[in-house]
Amino acid sequence: MAESLLEVQGLKKYFPIKLGFLKSLTSEAPLVHAVDGVSFKIEAGEVFGLVGESGCGKTTTGRCILRLIEPTGGRIVYKGDDITNLPLEREMRRLRRSMQIIFQDPYESLNPRMSIYDIIAEPIRLQKITENTEETLEMVKRALEEMRMVPPDEYLYRFPHELSGGQRQRIAVARAFVLEPDFIVADEPTSMLDASIRGEVLKLILSLIEKTRCAFLYITHDFALARYTCDRIAVMYLGKIVEKGLTEEVIKNPAHPYTEALLAAVPVPDPTARRTEVVIKGEVPSPINPPPGCRFNTRCPYANERCIKEEPELVEVDKNHYVACYFPLI
Amino acid sequence: MLLEVRNLKMYYETLRGYVKAVDDIDFWVEKGEAVGLAGESACGKTSAMLAVLRLLPSNGVMMGGSVNLEGLDLLKISEDEFRDNIRWKKVSVIFQGAMNALHPTKKIGDQLSEPILLHEEVDKSEAWERVGKLLDLVGVGAERLERYPHELSGGLKQRSMIAMSLVCNPALVIADEPTTALDVITQAQVLKVIKDLRRKLNLSMILVSHDLSVIAETCDKVAIMYAGKIVEFGDISAVFTEPLHPYSEQLIAAFPSVLGEKRELTTIHGFPPDLLDPPSGCRFHPRCPYTKDCCRSGERKMIEVGVGHYTACDYKVGV
Repeated sequence: MAESLLEVQGLKKYFPIKLGFLKSLTSEAPLVHAVDGVSFKIEAGEVFGLVGESGCGKTTTGRCILRLIEPTGGRIVYKGDDITNLPLEREMRRLRRSMQIIFQDPYESLNPRMSIYDIIAEPIRLQKITENTEETLEMVKRALEEMRMVPPDEYLYRFPHELSGGQRQRIAVARAFVLEPDFIVADEPTSMLDASIRGEVLKLILSLIEKTRCAFLYITHDFALARYTCDRIAVMYLGKIVEKGLTEEVIKNPAHPYTEALLAAVPVPDPTARRTEVVIKGEVPSPINPPPGCRFNTRCPYANERCIKEEPELVEVDKNHYVACYFPLI
Repeated sequence: MLLEVRNLKMYYETLRGYVKAVDDIDFWVEKGEAVGLAGESACGKTSAMLAVLRLLPSNGVMMGGSVNLEGLDLLKISEDEFRDNIRWKKVSVIFQGAMNALHPTKKIGDQLSEPILLHEEVDKSEAWERVGKLLDLVGVGAERLERYPHELSGGLKQRSMIAMSLVCNPALVIADEPTTALDVITQAQVLKVIKDLRRKLNLSMILVSHDLSVIAETCDKVAIMYAGKIVEFGDISAVFTEPLHPYSEQLIAAFPSVLGEKRELTTIHGFPPDLLDPPSGCRFHPRCPYTKDCCRSGERKMIEVGVGHYTACDYKVGV
C-alpha cells in the first residue's frame, strides 16, 4: 500500500500546570495529559473524524498536527517527511500552504477590521502565490463562488459584521481552501451554526474535499453529524483513542463500552424510537492523574481487575475496526 | 388547562423600529404535560418565555395578548402581585447556561433556599431540609448543601438549578435550553433527571430548545417557531412523523440521527429574515419550496388539522 498522506504516531502533549512561586520551588509542576499516545493515518481525499467529549484531547491533537502547539512526543509524518521537528519559521511556514485549519467560531476567527477580500487574500499574500493583484482578486472570487457566495463582487468589500453566522463560516472555509491545500483540520466547523444552515455548509465542504482530494481531519463532539461527514472515525477518551474504524461500522457495532455509552447518550430526533438506556454514571476523571490501566475503568460497567492493572492496546477486532478494550462488545 | 397563551405579542423597541420578536402566538400547556418550544436562534422562543415570565429587557414592549395561568391573566396583575404570588411559587425558570447563574461565593444550600425564605414563613433549617430532599431527588445529594458552586461539575450545577426551580412547588417550570452547554453524556444524565421528575412529581413544563432531538426525547407536545410565529403545534409524534408545515418538515429532516439508515440531510436555502421588517404573508415564503402566489400576502392563521394538531400552512391539507 502506498504511504498515507498523513501519519500520526504516538502523539503526546502534556501541559504543565502553573504553580505559585513558593510551590514551584519545592515541587515539580503537575502535568495535564491532554493527548497521550494517539496514532492514526489519513489518506488523500479521506474525511477522518475525531469524536469525543470536551477535554478528551481532540482539539489539542488537531493543533499539534499543524504544529500550532508543539507536541511533547510522538511523530507526525506528512507526505513521507517527518515534520515533528521542522524549524517553524522557515520550512513549516512553507508547508502551511498545503496544511490549513477551519476554526469553530466564525465570530472570532475572522478579523473584524478586515474586508472579506483581505481575509481570503491573506494566505495568498503570505505565501506569495500570485504575481499581481488581478490574479489575487481572481483567486478570491473563485473561492467565494465555490462557497456559493454569488455574485462574489457583492461580498468582496464587506466586513464580517455585515454577514450572518453561516456566511461567516463559509468565508472561513473559503480561506482554508483558497490555496488548494492537501490537508485541512476542521475543529467543530458547524457547531455554532443553526440546523437549517449547518447542512449547506457541510455539503459545500464535502464537495470541495471531493474536488480537491484533500485529506480532512474533522473534529467534533457530535456523533450524529460525524456520521454524515466522515469515512472513518476515531473515538477519544481522556487523551487516548479507544476505538477506530469505518463510521457506519463503529455506529452500528460499537466495540468499546465508552463508544456504546456515548452513542446511547446522543439524543435522537424521533419521539417514537425505542432505545436501550445505557447512561453511565459519574464524570470524566481529571487528566492530571488519569486512572491507571484502562482510563475508562472508573466508569465502565464491565471493568474487572485486569482493566485496573494493565492498559489495553488498540487491537483489530474486525476488518479495519480497532478497539482498546479487554472485553470488546463484538 | 394550566397555561393558555393567546395572541401574545412582544416587540423590541430599537432606533430602527420595532423588532417583531414574538408576533401573535398561541399555545397552551395542560397539567402534567411537557411542551417543547423549538426553533432556531433568534426565532423568538426565549423572548416568548420572557414575556410569559414578565422578565422583559428594558427595550421589550408588550403589544398585546393574554397569558392565563390557572384562570389568572398574568399580564393584567401588578408587578408586586406577580413577584409575591407568581414567580417561584407558580412559575419558575431554569435559564440557559444556568451553571453560570449560581452565585460563586454562596453555598448551594443558601442559594437554593433563598426563594423559600422569601416566599414562605419557614425558618432556615426547614428550608435547608426541603432543599436537601430536592437535591437527593435530582441526584446531587443533600451532602452537597454545604458546597460552593466551583466544587461541583457542570452537570451537578445544572441539576442544582433544576432543584432550585422546584423549591416552592411551582405549577409550571420553564426550562430554557437546559442542556445546551453540557457534554453528550452529561446531557443524557440531566435529561434523565428531567424525565424522572416529570414522572414522580407530575410536573408541567415548557422546554425551550434549538435541538429537536432533545425535545423529541423529553416532551409530549411541540410548538415550532419561525421568525416570531408558531408555525406548527401538536402532539410530538404527530408533528415528527407527519409534519404539516414545510418549515417543520425541513427542520426535522435537518437533524441527523445515529439510529436507523443513513439518509440525506436536508438544508433550508437562504437564512431567517430580519424581524425589523419580516416578509409579508407567510414569513417562510422566501425560503419555502412550495411557495404559491397566495403565500406572499395576507395574514396566516393557525388551522386545526388533526385532533390538537395545528399548522399555519395549508399545502398538505386536503391532499
